[in-house]
Amino acid sequence: MFELENIRKVFGDGTVAVEGISLAIGRGEHVAFIGPSGAGKTTLFRLLNLTLRPTSGIIRLDGLDVTSLSDAQLRDARRRIGTIYQQHNLVGRLRVVHNVLAGNLGRWSTMTAVASLVSPRDVEGAQRVLTQVGIPEKLYARTDGLSGGQQQRVAIARVLVQDPDIILADEPVSSVDPSLAASIVALLRDLSAESRKTLVMNLHSVDLALAHFPRIVGIQEGRVLFDLAPDKVGAELLSTLYAGHGKEEIQRERFDEILPVSGVCRPLRP
Amino acid sequence: MSDSTRSFPSAGSVGRFVPRSYFGVTFALLFLLTLGGSLRVAQVDPRLLFERESLANLARFVGGMFPPELSWSFLSLMARPVLETIQISVTGTLVAVLIGLPLGLLATGSLTWSGILHEQRPAAGRWLLGFVPYALARALLSVFRSIPEFVWAFMFVRAVGLGPFPGVLAIGVAYGGMLGKVYSEILEGVNSQPLEALHASGAGKLGIALYGLLPQALPNVISYTLYRWECAIRASAILGFVGAGGLGQQVELSMRMFQFNEVVTILGLLFLLVAGVDFVSGRIRARVVR
Repeated sequence: MFELENIRKVFGDGTVAVEGISLAIGRGEHVAFIGPSGAGKTTLFRLLNLTLRPTSGIIRLDGLDVTSLSDAQLRDARRRIGTIYQQHNLVGRLRVVHNVLAGNLGRWSTMTAVASLVSPRDVEGAQRVLTQVGIPEKLYARTDGLSGGQQQRVAIARVLVQDPDIILADEPVSSVDPSLAASIVALLRDLSAESRKTLVMNLHSVDLALAHFPRIVGIQEGRVLFDLAPDKVGAELLSTLYAGHGKEEIQRERFDEILPVSGVCRPLRP
Repeated sequence: MSDSTRSFPSAGSVGRFVPRSYFGVTFALLFLLTLGGSLRVAQVDPRLLFERESLANLARFVGGMFPPELSWSFLSLMARPVLETIQISVTGTLVAVLIGLPLGLLATGSLTWSGILHEQRPAAGRWLLGFVPYALARALLSVFRSIPEFVWAFMFVRAVGLGPFPGVLAIGVAYGGMLGKVYSEILEGVNSQPLEALHASGAGKLGIALYGLLPQALPNVISYTLYRWECAIRASAILGFVGAGGLGQQVELSMRMFQFNEVVTILGLLFLLVAGVDFVSGRIRARVVR
């Protein structure tokens, strides 16, 4: 499905976010990425969902080099990849139904998109995916009125409407409380397994990763430190992975959130 | 630079070259010079106000205002100009939105050329494809708004004749320029994360604008448009002076005939009108901006 060949990403300010990553992810596979904040996991996800262009190296999606794609092909490719973000990235002022149906934008014509804002198209579809994520009653609620966990479910519902072949989830549970976190990770895993989708997840919580994923990739300073089954990931490896990241971790995390807005990240643009 | 300037890290890039204290003194001097020069050039001379002839003119003007003309026949004559003023401002603002919104969208860098997350270096051809409409829209907007609505009205009166229509066009074009500029600034300022999500799901630019940009920007867009409508009411009074209809034209007629008591009545009406519009737009704003 995905093949990365010696991917590097250097930002405009000289920061090296990804330093030579090569790996392959097969169809229907479930993979968790773990590692300290600032290791380049979020950048790696932006490369995988084709919003960032690598500085060097090749990304292949089903054997096709993505840098060779035309604008239209690139949009088609993006439509096949659904991304779930840490901050939900929903529009708070819109009703849930519109945020969910926004998953259709990759295939809707502009006219349909406009019409749906006036009178929602495919309400049954929206209702169905909201039922799948467990909040069918929120269909017409205003999105910013929902709790963090509910908003994350709306974001998942949007990806289900998009119906991609690959689901990328970038720290999907770090802004919800721990008891919800496990249920959301399990939900994503089960939904992907049901529809045979590839699932790639960045996780802050090592325990969640080890409990729910058959393949664990440790990322450190933009490189792959290990790529193993969960039972091979021991305490020693983990302490190497997180070496030097104690309290500082929390500060780094906030820095991570500011990056995209301040314009350091440069995505692939048609 | 030298060691002494290194001790002013908070003064930013300027402080690296000029120590802060000189900076302040230089500015103060420049300010005084500018102010002094302005007073001279603008021919500010308070004595002129108190010369006998000025005072006599002023007295005639103010004296002529009272008692205000409040006869029914005059007031009923004003009904039409009042309505006309409201209609000029509403239609003019509508035209301004029709001009400002599309141009404002084109002038939004994140939509046309710099990318949602500020991608800078796409291939040269593509860069131009986005940058040219962006720059054209910016230029057009700045031409529209840098020419005062008064001058636009003057030109449109020549083009389409006397009446409210040139007023509508003047407000539409001049305010279209202002709205477009402010719209683009509002649109650039929205949270980019939801836009990134839509972008990543394969949505096109219009889809991103419809489901990400506009919903986030809507409260500010509506609020600013209403504010412009309030300004349009005031402007439509001025535009009457060059023959673009509304209350302004009545003020001009009464002035020319030295009927200052009528002038003061019309100004009173204008005041009520502006207060009414402020009230209405305030109510709409309170409902929309939540």
